Amino acid sequence: MTADVGPAELVAGCALVALTAYVLLGGADFGGGVWDLLASGPRRRQQRALVAEAIGPIWEANHVWLIIVVVLLFTCFPAAFARLAVTLHIPLSLMLIGIVLRGSAFTFRSHYGPGREEGGRAAGTTERWGRVFAIASAGTPVLLGLCVGALAGGALPVPGRAGFYATFVAPWLTPFGLGVGVLTLALFAFLAAVYLTVEAQDDDLREDFRRRALYAAAAVFVAAFGTLGLALLGAPLMGRGLTAAPWAPALHAATGAAAVIAIWALWRRRYRLARVATAGQVSLILWGWALAQYPYLIPPDLTIRAAAAPRITLVLVLWALAAGALVLFPSLIYLLRVFKREPARS
Amino acid sequence: MPDLLAARSQMAMSLGFHIIFAMVGIAMPVLMVVAERRWQRTGDRIYLDLAHRWAKGTAILFAVGAVSGTVLSFELGLLWPTFMEHAGPIIGMPFSLEGFAFFTEAIFLGVYLYGWERISPRAHLAAGWAVAASGMLSGVFVVIANAWMNAPTGFRWVDGRAVDVDPIAAMMSPAAFPQVLHMTLAAYAGTGLVVAGIHALPLLRQPRNAFHRRALSVALLIGAPAALLQPLSGDLSARFVAHWQPAKLAAMEGQFRTERGAPLRVGGWPDEAAGETRYALEIPRGLSLLAFKDPGAEVKGLEAFPRQDWPPIAIVHVAFQVMVGLGSFMAVVSAAALWLMGRRLELTRHRWLLRALVLAAPMGFICTEAGWVVTEVGRQPWIVYSLMRTAEAVTPMPGLIVPFLVFTSLYAVLGGVVAWLLYQQVLRSPQATEEDAA
Repeated sequence: MTADVGPAELVAGCALVALTAYVLLGGADFGGGVWDLLASGPRRRQQRALVAEAIGPIWEANHVWLIIVVVLLFTCFPAAFARLAVTLHIPLSLMLIGIVLRGSAFTFRSHYGPGREEGGRAAGTTERWGRVFAIASAGTPVLLGLCVGALAGGALPVPGRAGFYATFVAPWLTPFGLGVGVLTLALFAFLAAVYLTVEAQDDDLREDFRRRALYAAAAVFVAAFGTLGLALLGAPLMGRGLTAAPWAPALHAATGAAAVIAIWALWRRRYRLARVATAGQVSLILWGWALAQYPYLIPPDLTIRAAAAPRITLVLVLWALAAGALVLFPSLIYLLRVFKREPARS
Repeated sequence: MPDLLAARSQMAMSLGFHIIFAMVGIAMPVLMVVAERRWQRTGDRIYLDLAHRWAKGTAILFAVGAVSGTVLSFELGLLWPTFMEHAGPIIGMPFSLEGFAFFTEAIFLGVYLYGWERISPRAHLAAGWAVAASGMLSGVFVVIANAWMNAPTGFRWVDGRAVDVDPIAAMMSPAAFPQVLHMTLAAYAGTGLVVAGIHALPLLRQPRNAFHRRALSVALLIGAPAALLQPLSGDLSARFVAHWQPAKLAAMEGQFRTERGAPLRVGGWPDEAAGETRYALEIPRGLSLLAFKDPGAEVKGLEAFPRQDWPPIAIVHVAFQVMVGLGSFMAVVSAAALWLMGRRLELTRHRWLLRALVLAAPMGFICTEAGWVVTEVGRQPWIVYSLMRTAEAVTPMPGLIVPFLVFTSLYAVLGGVVAWLLYQQVLRSPQATEEDAA
């Protein structure tokens, strides 16, 4: 497992980092939409407003992580990209529709509606765009999870051998895939609720999201163990990797510890600690999947090495990533510093 | 509908939809920051109002551009997996750089749109410039990737595979500079003139409206010079095509026979079966002169190429005529506007100019669509010019008419909503007079 690490493995590692960033940042934006959908109680309106305020300035930047993952995949692992794009055509297309509707509807609502204030002639229209945003936010993570589940399940066929259903539907429409879809949704909602406890300025509102975070933690627990069970039944490679590999106990211990700290911190209202622990827990789940299928990019037959582009492409991309990071990270930090602090009214 | 045609239609529709938003995303930030800068320098609050309103419109257009661009990055594989499998390692480099440029654009657009009251005026203006610069770079990188499909460089093609890949050489394709220049100018010209036209229309009725007068002056400042330079850049592009893609040039011009001293055809309808272009106004030796700078130069006709390597002639020829015709009108109107502005004359006194600007408003977008039809349909039947056929690259997924229709309906609805929202915003334009400026 600690075999030689070349540029292919490094790029794959960068893609995993980008995917982690997408899940922790972009995923939480989708989770925000879930809490818009599930807004309830006397502070329903304030809950929605907090979600909109939290994701407004940053969702487009967070979304770009997904594009980075796709570009790395088709530049550096073109054989894998081609196979995923063929066999997962249907769920990927549905996911794209969700991405388009989520982003457009959010923008239509936030820039043209009466917004947080009540009334206004366009209130009805605004509310309808809010519904589209919320429903698309809830549906898209399930489809993303379905695609990940299909990949992790190790049953993506080489196209051209079997019939339509066997090639284009059966690989992703599995109990394990659905389990990963539900788990993804629960994780995104969990992340969002925890982040929102930090961002809420009002104590009641913070309590609302604290309660929601605890429910979401329970949902993650159920979905994670359910998915592990489905993996043992229907995705033997993943199941074996996650249970029998030498690193498995350590990984599960770390993930479990992060989860316990997250829930304890939520319980004791230590929200910043909860945010760190939750992000750690979600990252560890993601890395567990990556480790379980290493060295395969598309299990059970296409390894990172075998799918890799010529060495010169990999090396140049690594340089581009390093140069890009020099621009990107200071900019991102600036963005978060401007918006994730008290408003400085001039 | 055959699957190949459905895939091409879906790609064409997706690109045709996205390009409008991409153009606006490149040029609108420049208009915003120019208005904001004028406010900071003069204290004229109408410019601040203008920057705010333009930023609001840009926000919605940028968001739709971002999500439709995401769709395209996936569609490269969803529709053309074989192409990406071969071309990904060669042209992935500009896409990677575009990823970072787009990232920067998204970050600073967030800062710009939501940061009016959170950061200093100087930092806010700088964020606007960062959006404008990275928006332009995003476009440059994507067009570089497309240029490679027209003039592939940076590899050797051996037994149907690319070897000796050199991604840097692939970015230096001879098509890169002419295409990048032409598209970048198109973004500023098209966006600048559509904004100018939107503000010229109300000025016909209320020529003293200070808000629209300022908007018009900023829009023309960006759009008119670009529209004026565009014919020169077009000439560069045409000479590239003449040299590197002679079959495309023959289709653009409806040139069926190989001849010396070939005429330039204006209009006309190419009849593929008869092998001639009818009803065109022919300028003797014009094509030889323009394409090769020599009135006696030989121009290869379509007859020089096997029939299965012909692009669809009529579509390419008509699209080219539309682009050149409307582009010339835009250049003339822009020249007139710049001449009046240069002499510090009152634009609003010249109602003919305002009317011409209203007429020219949609032309930049129409030209751009037509230009991409020339580029992309003119490259057919190849996806990588003279190496890989589009038919070889398409996904084996059957029933592609379904995603084509689904995405077309989705985009039709989004396009309608965006148009309606922007129309509502224009209706709410302020009734400022010069006295309000102070």
